[in-house]
Amino acid sequence: MTSTPYIQFFDGADEPRHDLLGGKCASLVALTQAGMPVPPGFAITTASYDAFIAAAGIQADIHVLLADLDADDVAEVDRVSAQLRFEIESRPVPAEVRADFVAAYHALQARFSEPVPVAVRSSATAEDLPDASFAGQQDTYLWLNGIEDVTEHIRRCWASLFTSRAITYRLKNNIPNEGLSMAVAVQKMVNARAAGVAITMDPTTGDRSKIVMEASYGLGELVVSGLVTPDNITVDKIMLMVVKRVIGDKHAELVPDPANRALVELEVSAARRGVLSISETEITAIAAIAKKAEKHFKCPQDIEWALDGDLPDGQNLLLLQSRPETVHSSSGSDTRTDAAGPAPTAGYGIESITRSLLVQAGKSTD
Amino acid sequence: MTEKSFPSPYDQAPAAGAEDWKDLYAYNLVFQENRREVEEAKFWFCDSQHWPTVTKPFETIGFEFAVSCLGQYNTRHLLIPPANGIEFRIHNGYLFMSPVGVPESEIAARVPEFMARAGHYFQNWETLLEQWQGKIRGTIDELDALSFEALPDRVDINDVTSGKGTGPNNDLLAQYDALIALTYRAWQYHFEFLNLGYVAYLDFFSFCKEVFPGIPDQAVAKMVQGVDMELFRPDDELKKLAKLAVELGLTGLFGDTANPEQTLSGIEAATAGAEWMAAWNEAKDPWFNFTVGNGFYAHDKYWIDHLELPLGYISDYIGRLQAGQNIDRPVAELVAERDRITEEYSELLTPEQLAAFTGKLGLARQVYPYVENHNFYIEHWTMGIFWRKARQLSAMLQEQGFWPDADGMFFLRREEVREALFDYVTGWAVGAPAIGPSYWPEQIERRRAIVDALQSERPQPALNTPPAVITEPFTLMLWGITSDQIKNWLGDSDAPEGEFRGMAASSGVAEGPARVISSSDQLSEVQEGDILVAPVTAPSWGPIFGKIRATVTDIGGMMSHAAIVCREYGMPAVTGTGTASSQIVTGQWLRVDGNNGTVTIVEDHSGEGHRHDLGLAADASSQLAQSLDGPILEGSHA
Repeated sequence: MTSTPYIQFFDGADEPRHDLLGGKCASLVALTQAGMPVPPGFAITTASYDAFIAAAGIQADIHVLLADLDADDVAEVDRVSAQLRFEIESRPVPAEVRADFVAAYHALQARFSEPVPVAVRSSATAEDLPDASFAGQQDTYLWLNGIEDVTEHIRRCWASLFTSRAITYRLKNNIPNEGLSMAVAVQKMVNARAAGVAITMDPTTGDRSKIVMEASYGLGELVVSGLVTPDNITVDKIMLMVVKRVIGDKHAELVPDPANRALVELEVSAARRGVLSISETEITAIAAIAKKAEKHFKCPQDIEWALDGDLPDGQNLLLLQSRPETVHSSSGSDTRTDAAGPAPTAGYGIESITRSLLVQAGKSTD
Repeated sequence: MTEKSFPSPYDQAPAAGAEDWKDLYAYNLVFQENRREVEEAKFWFCDSQHWPTVTKPFETIGFEFAVSCLGQYNTRHLLIPPANGIEFRIHNGYLFMSPVGVPESEIAARVPEFMARAGHYFQNWETLLEQWQGKIRGTIDELDALSFEALPDRVDINDVTSGKGTGPNNDLLAQYDALIALTYRAWQYHFEFLNLGYVAYLDFFSFCKEVFPGIPDQAVAKMVQGVDMELFRPDDELKKLAKLAVELGLTGLFGDTANPEQTLSGIEAATAGAEWMAAWNEAKDPWFNFTVGNGFYAHDKYWIDHLELPLGYISDYIGRLQAGQNIDRPVAELVAERDRITEEYSELLTPEQLAAFTGKLGLARQVYPYVENHNFYIEHWTMGIFWRKARQLSAMLQEQGFWPDADGMFFLRREEVREALFDYVTGWAVGAPAIGPSYWPEQIERRRAIVDALQSERPQPALNTPPAVITEPFTLMLWGITSDQIKNWLGDSDAPEGEFRGMAASSGVAEGPARVISSSDQLSEVQEGDILVAPVTAPSWGPIFGKIRATVTDIGGMMSHAAIVCREYGMPAVTGTGTASSQIVTGQWLRVDGNNGTVTIVEDHSGEGHRHDLGLAADASSQLAQSLDGPILEGSHA
């Protein structure tokens, strides 16, 4: 299936362009191209949004409504936000954009023996939205079925450019509305039996020889949003061996409710809470993927992963997202050694051997 | 912190029939009644890694020499600041150890001494090691020259006419004294470098634990460990001989390796047989000075004395070559993996850390080969000769009527052997029968019964109250006695039913049927694809490691031979499980996770083999008798 100006498949040959794909889709394309097991899907490019806005004839309205808005006038911001979002969500998608989308949607479905539900997620470019890199803040719509359902949610993603929060954020940061655009990811829905995150370092110590992962039952949303206490597992990055495991309570799981085409939060039984939500083999596989992502992007990564209950063992680990780990990597160099005095085992040769013997025996010379 | 304790040795009755066991051993080796308070204040752990079965009176020489020489180097030669030696006692026939610390007030004064002494060795490692090679080879040659022949009816006329002035009895006593003295000397050499090897390893190990908290022990081992060790040479020689047999078209001649003389003469007579025999003879000395035991028991079998052993292994290798299998260790992969691991950790270090890492690793790699290779020279080669000479002496005295069985001498303490020998030469000198033949047979029979009775019970893993934390470096490194291990022994492990936890000693995950082996005599039962489960393994079990999928042991740490050999062969190992070999039954389907140190009984896949081995397991005494004939041993590091 070929990509068009309006559509770009994650596994297409085109270079991921940030301005065309937004951060999330660009990352999914890059990950797919790096051989990562990303759930298949495609991006509705920013060109689709631009064509939609142009065809809808609301560009002028947007400028007028936003022109003299006072960021502190909450009621007025809410009113403008509601109007703009209504306008976007009610306009038809231009025929040529729609045709490409429909073709892409069918092409995606054609990869499976039966129709699969999809997830639709916004993919913002640069500074258009607050906390663009913060998980859970962008719009994500899960378990969608059929062209109309998906189209409606794509427009909702577009409309999310004009939430009150987004408008206020741009006003306060002097971000112009000109060139504002948005890409959207349409991706095969993952039927996660377990899911979570993994960071390619120990975020509590900055130790880069570790991978720390969190895992829980069902979809990853409850982990990402901190609504469950997940299992916490530390893996040595070089050896891919588990060095620490802490079983979390995992009291709830988010699972699909096919009858209602929705997600439902269920209580997890005591027996399942008391054991790790993923097997040792799965831990190793997740760590290997995280390590691969770090190697590919050449900096510590923060990944989201899921184990798809519909896929066979060995092929069921999916990478949903990989972002640079920002908190520690940006905090400067290693802080381990700047405690008072040299580390007991610094240097080498007989002096350091003597010191480490004393330390080992609990007879530190300090 | 645990409040639990192990039993006191003073409250443990010996097995029925072994009530008088203390008579078998020297006074200083047993817990004396009037020392109760002193002995109960110490924590003792059982070294079943090196002495898994009851030691007969003569066999105490192994730990007396080994453990005292270990201590001598810490305490008197190197003055290792926080660690003296290790005390040892026999309790109910098994060996227990207790590390001796250095009083806090003396540590500082030892530091400069240690630095001067150990520093000199590290700086001159290669030169001193070359010198060591000369010393140990010389000692081996001297041992090999010893011979214990019956005394002649009359002194050789030439000794009379030359005015020699002494008789062969004098030489015989001197030979025995030399046997003991040369062996003691070899054990001194054993520890001349070993403790330093561990110290350097420990330094690198501690550094890695500090910069990469929680780094798996296995990562450190893999970075340091060499791949081309003299300890693997005997096994490599067998592989070479197997390949040569294939190349020369001699494979049809290995049908009855149980009869080595016939097999070898068949090869000799074959076309191209001479070439193979030349290679065989060259490999034999020294590389077949290799035991299937661990060098500490009189009954340990050495390849060179039992040529059916190497021939059987060669025949196995031939079979695997003919089946198209690769029998070589994956040396290139091991080197590549070692380099990858080292490089990936290195990349994460600051420049100063990297300098320390590289320096420490360099030293550890320089000294580490000794930690492996000495084992061949002492436990295998020296001790092989020692036991052969000792058996020769025992057989000679048997002929003189001192005892009815060839192994009778091993039920005497070594000082008693000297007495018996003096009795013999005195009888010879005065022209009247020696007293021994009317004294020893009954004594030996009584002692044999006691040893058998002691053998019917397993030792406690430890005695008395453990310390809150184990900090003594050698206990941790050599014996893998950690606070967690002690918790396991006390039954505080939280492992679920059907699961065993131990040390993740060699990475990888494998599944297969269990093969429980409690004696080296059972090695031939091992089938392709089995998971080996044993109390401990010996390095000379090498030839079966090509057949199996994974190894599980009761005893041993990261540096035990099962761990080292499995890493060499790139297969998973979980060591130090405590009880796996007594709870797992041959035929049970196991999942061995060498990344996490767990062994799980997946389900019962057992068929015929299961029934057979259940029968064996039920008959505990037969198994124990079997292990007396050929115990499982571990080639020791200590």
